[in-house]
Formats: sequence, structure tokens, C-alpha cells
Amino acid sequence: MRNIWVICQKELHSYFVSPIAYVLLTMFSLIFGYVFWNEVRIFNLESLQAQMSGQAPPMNVNEMLIRPVLSNGLIGFIIVVLIVPLITMRLFAEEKRTGTIELLATSPIRDIEIILGKWLAALALYASLLFFTALNFGFLFKYGNPDWRPLAVGYLGLLLEGGALLAVGTFISALTRNQIIAAVGTIGVFLLLWILEWPSGYETATWAQVMAYCSVNKHYESFTKGVLDSKDAIYYISLIFLGLFLTSRSMESLRWRS
Amino acid sequence: MITVQGLTKRYAHTLAVDHISFEVQKGQIVGFLGPNGAGKTTTMRILTCFLPPSEGTATVAGFDVLDQPMEVKKRIGYLPETPPLYPEMEIGEYLTFVGKLKGMSGASLASRVEEVEERCAIADVRNKLIGKLSKGYRQRVGLAQAIIHNPEVLILDEPTAGLDPKQIIETRDLIRSLAPDHTILLSTHILPEVEQTCEQVLIINKGKLVATDSVHNLQNRARGAESVLLEVEGRNGAVDAQTIQHRLETVSGVSRVLFKETRSNRSVFEVESLKDRFIRGDLARAIVESGWNLNELRPSAVSLEEIFLQLTGGEKADEPAPAEAVVQGENQ
Ligand SMILES: Nc1ncnc2c1ncn2[C@@H]1O[C@H](COP(=O)(O)OP(=O)(O)OP(=O)(O)O)[C@@H](O)[C@H]1O
Ligand SMILES: [Mg+2]
Repeated sequence: MRNIWVICQKELHSYFVSPIAYVLLTMFSLIFGYVFWNEVRIFNLESLQAQMSGQAPPMNVNEMLIRPVLSNGLIGFIIVVLIVPLITMRLFAEEKRTGTIELLATSPIRDIEIILGKWLAALALYASLLFFTALNFGFLFKYGNPDWRPLAVGYLGLLLEGGALLAVGTFISALTRNQIIAAVGTIGVFLLLWILEWPSGYETATWAQVMAYCSVNKHYESFTKGVLDSKDAIYYISLIFLGLFLTSRSMESLRWRS
Repeated sequence: MITVQGLTKRYAHTLAVDHISFEVQKGQIVGFLGPNGAGKTTTMRILTCFLPPSEGTATVAGFDVLDQPMEVKKRIGYLPETPPLYPEMEIGEYLTFVGKLKGMSGASLASRVEEVEERCAIADVRNKLIGKLSKGYRQRVGLAQAIIHNPEVLILDEPTAGLDPKQIIETRDLIRSLAPDHTILLSTHILPEVEQTCEQVLIINKGKLVATDSVHNLQNRARGAESVLLEVEGRNGAVDAQTIQHRLETVSGVSRVLFKETRSNRSVFEVESLKDRFIRGDLARAIVESGWNLNELRPSAVSLEEIFLQLTGGEKADEPAPAEAVVQGENQ
């Protein structure tokens, strides 16, 4: 436990002394803010129209504003092809390139502690990105009275999806000593995981369903609706376990092979 | 303290270490000597549990590297060939991190970090980013990192690589000062280093152990006969080196006279005696009686270098580091 924390601290330290954390924070907050601002504008126009046409139905902030923001395709896409690969690419690749892996691997600390420490640090950075985007919604609570639960579920979904992708990214980073290759490989794999669901749009055959089930983004949908579906949560949690398990295997084989 | 038996390591296409066996006793400093690619780093990586052996066994402090790696790792301090440093950390931060990795904490860690910084002469730069240090300072931080938890066994892969001559001497002193209560295995290609630092030497070539002995014995093995360096000055510059050489060769007990160089009317020779003959007195007399000046006469030490080259097949294994020359100079 203590060792995990030692590694995690060290990783967080390197994220926050290098520009990477700040670049990601700024970039993601800006884009998210822009998406949010757009949805707010649309929401305002729609409620104005509704008033003018005299219907004045109770406009639901959760349905009409929060959900469109959370399920915005661009946000999901950026997380998958940019944020996560940029966070995970250095985790192991850099240690292998500079030889510091030799220090970690010859210290009295288990592989799994190294892996968990690194993954948790990546998750913490990712969570801090999400935290800054959540500030946008804070402002809704100031002026309105939306239901906080679907929002929390939505963020839980983002966190789980991120955690799963970070685990896979950690694994890919452990396969190479080159950060760029780790990043490109991760983006490639994630894009595949993303588009796996396409055939299910026109096919009803089992294989298409299976592919859709494996697709990362598919499982996030239910969370945006404020529904906590155990099937989807289990998918992400299994992916986390799979990613971390593969990482530990690759660390082992690194020793046996090289 | 370290026992290695039939240790073999195969990479995909290379046999890096080929059935080597040796033992290192507690408290010894052992030099691991060999040309590039001999398998030194590979052996050390196996001893530190970084790589598993393909065959054979290795135990450190009584624990097998395969069966009880955690116990081995707790007792080992390791300086890899490239010091494992994080450029974005300050020295103090880094040493604290390594200390925690090795299981230390709290006030004892903090005071140990300071102690090690003093010992490795990095205290004055402790707040500097490692990425901004020069090569020699990085090497020192690497060494500091290896001893932070006061391990029983130290494995140092070329600990003096990249250091300046003064620092090399300091590092050797540091290593020697660790000796009584640490067991040290250090690799190097620099021969004087072994002669000056180590008690015991392991010579490895192409994955095979070609000699294990004490430094003293190895030197004696090659010595047997006496070898003397002479500088002779002709009185009026008219005498040429050849005449001197012929005269020297007639001295009784001399087996061989090697002409080294001539500067103005001074010539330098290396003279070897027959086994168990003492020739210095006769040489001096012969020179003076022939009317020349004897400027210098001193025994030339048989260096490990010769033994090393003999054992590893005659080729010069490595460019001598510039620092080596300076250090040798200081010893004379
Ligand atoms: N990861 C690896 N994969 C394949 N072969 C390797 C690997 N590491 C080392 N070798 C090979 O094993 C042999 C021994 O290498 P090693 O690094 O142990 O030599 P060394 O004695 O440390 O040399 P040097 O003095 O140059 O540091 C070399 O032929 C090298 O090419
Ligand atoms: Mg080496």
C-alpha cells in the first residue's frame, strides 16, 4: 500500500513539474467550456421559443442541457484520442528509455505496486481534468435547481471510461521504450475500440452485437442518461483489470525476454 | 556473501554469460574486469534480480535470486551502467524517493539523505535539478542512490565512468571506506582501478571467467623476474643508444633490453632480468663505469594490464580513459 503511494506521488510530481498536466488542463477546460457555452446558448434560445409560442413547458435542465453536454461526441473523442494517450504514453516507456526502470525493478517493491501507483497517478490527473470541467455545471446550481444525481452518474461514467482506457494505455506504454510509439499505438487501439460498434448500426447478427459490446463508447451512453447500469460498469471495471493484468504480464516478460 | 554457480545467460542470439562460477566473501571488494561486451553488466543484472539467469544459480546473502528476489533486493544497492535518475527531480527529492522505495521513512531517512549527500560530495548542489547536472555529478548521485539504505551488498557497474581524476580518487576512497561492513562487486575496464581499489579480481572475457585471484597474486604471477626502467645520458651527445643497449645486454642476469626512446642525448630503456636475479646494482655500475650518466633507475611495476591482455587474447580491449593516465601519473 505504502509503496503504491510512493510511486503514485512520484508520478504526480513528474506530471505537475512538466508542462503536460497544465497543457492538458488548459486545453480540455477551454474546449469543454466552449461546448458548455454552446449548449447553454441553445438551451436559452429553445426556452425563449417555447415561451413565445406560449407553451411554456417546464424546461428540464438535466434533459436539455446537462445531458447534451456530457454526451457531446467531441468531448468523448478528445478524451479517447488525446487526453488518455497523452497521459499514459510516458508511464513506462520513459522509464525504459532512461533506464530508471532498473531502479524500480531492483527495489524491494512488487511489480503490481509499481503498476497500480502509476495507474492511480494517471487517474488522479484525469480526475483533476474532469474536476475543472465540473465547475461549469456548478454555475447551473447557482442559478437553477437541476437534479445532481444524473450529473454525478454522468461523471462516474466518464471516470470509469477514463480509468479503463488509462489501464489499456498503461499496458501499451509498457510495450515500448519510445513514448511516441506508445502514444500512436494507444490512439490506434482506442480508435478501433471506438468504431467497433459501427456494424451494429445496420447489422443485427451476433458478431455485430459482440463487437458493439466491446466498444468503449457504447457503454458510456447509459451513464449520460443518468442511469447506472451494472452491465456497463462491469464492462469498464473488467477492462481496468484486463489492462493492469496485461501490464504486469508484460513487465514480467520484459525480464524473461530481453 | 555472493555465490554464483554455473551462471549462464542467453539472449536471443548471443550467449552473454557462459557458465561462470565465483564467490565473494563478506567484506571484500571484488573487481569485475573485462573488455566491452564481456558480460559484466549482464551478470550484475542477474545478481540484482533485474534479469533471470538462463541456467545456473546465484545467491546473495544466502537468498536465491530466483526464489527470494525480495530478500535479495532488500540487501542490495545497485548502481546500473546508466545511473537511474529522474531529470525532473532535485537531488534531495530523488534520494528521498529512492530511500522510500527501499523501505525507509521519516526522520531516519531525512538524516540518512543528508549523510549520503555529504559522503558523495553532492551536498552543495542538493537543490539542483538532476537534469541540469553534469555527467560526473550524475554519477555521484547514482552512487548516493546505491548506498542510501546502507545495503550489505553493493553492486556497482562502472562507478567511476565519467568522473574527473580528483573525483575518481575520491570515489575510490569512498568505495574503500565502505568496505569493512559492505561487500562490494564493481565492474570496470580501467585496470589501475582494480589494482587500487580491489582485493580480489574476476576477469571475464566473452562470457567466460578467465581468471579469479587476488590482485596481489596476479601481479606476482606475471612478475617473477625484475623489470627496470633506465634513463641514460651520454656525456657529449656522441654516444648513441645502440652502444648503450649493447653494453646493457652484456650485464649478467639481464634477459632482455628494450629501447624506448631518445631525447637529445638521453635514452630510455626497459631492462628485464632473468628469473630471480637482481640486476639494479650491476646495471648502475656498468653505466657509470662506461662514462655515462645514470639519470633515472626505477622498477617498472608489472601492471594488471599485461595480465589482462594476455588473458583476454592480446588485443587492446579498450581505449584507456584519459583519466587513467592522470591517475597513473599521480601514483608514480
Ligand atoms: N538486452 C540485450 N539483448 C540482447 N543482447 C544483449 C542484451 N544486453 C546485452 N547483450 C549482449 O550480451 C553481451 C554482454 O553484454 P554486457 O552488457 O553484459 O557486456 P559488458 O561486459 O557490460 O560490456 P561493457 O563493458 O561494454 O559495458 C554483449 O554481446 C551484448 O551485445
Ligand atoms: Mg556493461
